[in-house]
Amino acid sequence: MAWVFRKLMEGFAIVDNSTTSSSRTNWGDKVFFNLTRFFALLTLLLLVGIIASLIDGAWPSIKLFGARFLWTGEWNPPMERFGAVIPIYGTLATSLVALVIAVPVSFGIALFLTEMSPPWLRRPLGIAIELLAGIPSIVYGMWGLLVFSPIFAKYVQPFLAATLGKLPLVGSLFEGPPLGIGILCAGVVLAVMTIPFIASVMRDVFEVTPAMLKESAYALGCTTWEVVWNVVLPYTKIGVVGGIMLGLGRALGETMAVTFLIGNMNFFNGFSLFSPGNSIASALANEFAEAESPIYTASLIELGLILFLITMIVLSLSKLLLMRLSAQEGKGT
Amino acid sequence: MSTAVSLGRIRKLKNALALTIAMIAMLFGLFWLIWILATTVELGVASFSWRLFTEMTPPPGSEGGGLANAIAGSLILISLATIVGTPIGIFAGVYLAEYGKHTWLGHTTRFVNDLLLSAPSIIIGLFVYDIYVARVGHFSAMSGVVALALIVIPVVVRTTENMLQLVPNTLREAASALGAPRWAVIGKVTLKASLAGIMTGIMLAVARISGETAPLLFTSLSNQFWTLDMNKPMASLPATIFKFAMSPFKEWQQLAWAGVFLITLGVLTLNILARILFRNKHKQ
Repeated sequence: MAWVFRKLMEGFAIVDNSTTSSSRTNWGDKVFFNLTRFFALLTLLLLVGIIASLIDGAWPSIKLFGARFLWTGEWNPPMERFGAVIPIYGTLATSLVALVIAVPVSFGIALFLTEMSPPWLRRPLGIAIELLAGIPSIVYGMWGLLVFSPIFAKYVQPFLAATLGKLPLVGSLFEGPPLGIGILCAGVVLAVMTIPFIASVMRDVFEVTPAMLKESAYALGCTTWEVVWNVVLPYTKIGVVGGIMLGLGRALGETMAVTFLIGNMNFFNGFSLFSPGNSIASALANEFAEAESPIYTASLIELGLILFLITMIVLSLSKLLLMRLSAQEGKGT
Repeated sequence: MSTAVSLGRIRKLKNALALTIAMIAMLFGLFWLIWILATTVELGVASFSWRLFTEMTPPPGSEGGGLANAIAGSLILISLATIVGTPIGIFAGVYLAEYGKHTWLGHTTRFVNDLLLSAPSIIIGLFVYDIYVARVGHFSAMSGVVALALIVIPVVVRTTENMLQLVPNTLREAASALGAPRWAVIGKVTLKASLAGIMTGIMLAVARISGETAPLLFTSLSNQFWTLDMNKPMASLPATIFKFAMSPFKEWQQLAWAGVFLITLGVLTLNILARILFRNKHKQ
């Protein structure tokens, strides 16, 4: 009897032991799990926090100017009258100039890297293009201001004025004195900065095109160009658009390079791309630390809020498109 | 027959034209890289001297001077921001890859993190100004650290998650089968297996914040003098370059070129090292 009892106790002891040890690991697991979840949540809350703090900071300006802020073209700190049209125009114009240049170039680079380049060159060339994204914005800015813009004013702008400037509709975009710095110059440097982003997304999505599809087209006698244009591009068009949106998102928020090159003029100079302007990011970079009155600060923060919302929408679209491409690829279509 | 031949010729011509244009596009991209690097090296080396590391930033218009306070400031800001941001990023990345793969929180955080990865860095500066600087009432080095750490986090989250996903599930199953609790599986097996990849991510994050200027403009601001006080404005290389490059003084511009040279050298070295490290790991 006693023996059975002892055995039973031992059994309990074993059971007891195992429950304590498993509860200890449960405990460790719980702590670790909650720790990781906490930091994931923190990352998520960061976005909410940014939006909330921007709305909070911009509140005096939102209350005073209301929706008028969005279509008022005046930016007059001494008179305390503020409107967002000039910086919004500058932001959109420089980004569009950048895309007009960067999209075809990136397409060419992606085409070259996926279809033409000898395999041993593919990696070094890919890295070289990615390094363009690694160069800090301030380096582009300083180089653009002191090296590129004088050359741009002396050779490129007169050339553009003499050729494109003579055309009927687009001509008005290329008139005025060749100052170097201005919307066009900022846009060109911005294009160089966005090329690596768009090109690497395009290259990556081109590479997911099933080899079977491409080989079938080649077997029918298609040329490389026909394969890319009629097979690869239609298959990956969602991803290509996603890549372009990513580039746009990057270009809209680019600060330092644009601040150096856009000219920082707070009044409207006509639609010529040669004229200086201001972008939201460069207005913030130049004026925020020196803004004295509370309403001036609040107006600048409201500009920041507008910029943040626009980029978040553009980047969300880009992400959703790229996700759709990978989902479609997963389905094996 | 002749139409068929000419059609073929047109197609071939079109192809040759398109491929030539693609090659020109490639050269166009390389052209800018080489141009920017060439001027940076040329002008940077011309104004390089050991004074840069020993002397403080000079007042406007005076000869001599260096970047010692800016270099030290940058190193302090970058290392503290990395120390603060990296653990947060790794933990969040672990959650995304190991726990929250199919949960609501996981999906949302992954999405938001990718947005933050490309969010304008000047907005991060505004955010930190609003929650920190405006409340404390003065610019400080610490607020610069917070701003840079917020930029480190999304980069580390993304690479950590990607690297953990590369770890084969059989490794996790083997560790679990040996009785290891989940935290030990992650801490001692999967994280260890992807260590090189995570290091790559940290290096890329350091490279990214080394050149960041915009978030520092309203946080750590700049300082003409040497300081180690985290509650005072602190000089940093990018903010100093910004001030000096925009100035009309030749001496300042030369110092700015030297600074640009140092930053570019550092950032590109980190970028290339990170890639080599990652590739070596993948060859194993």
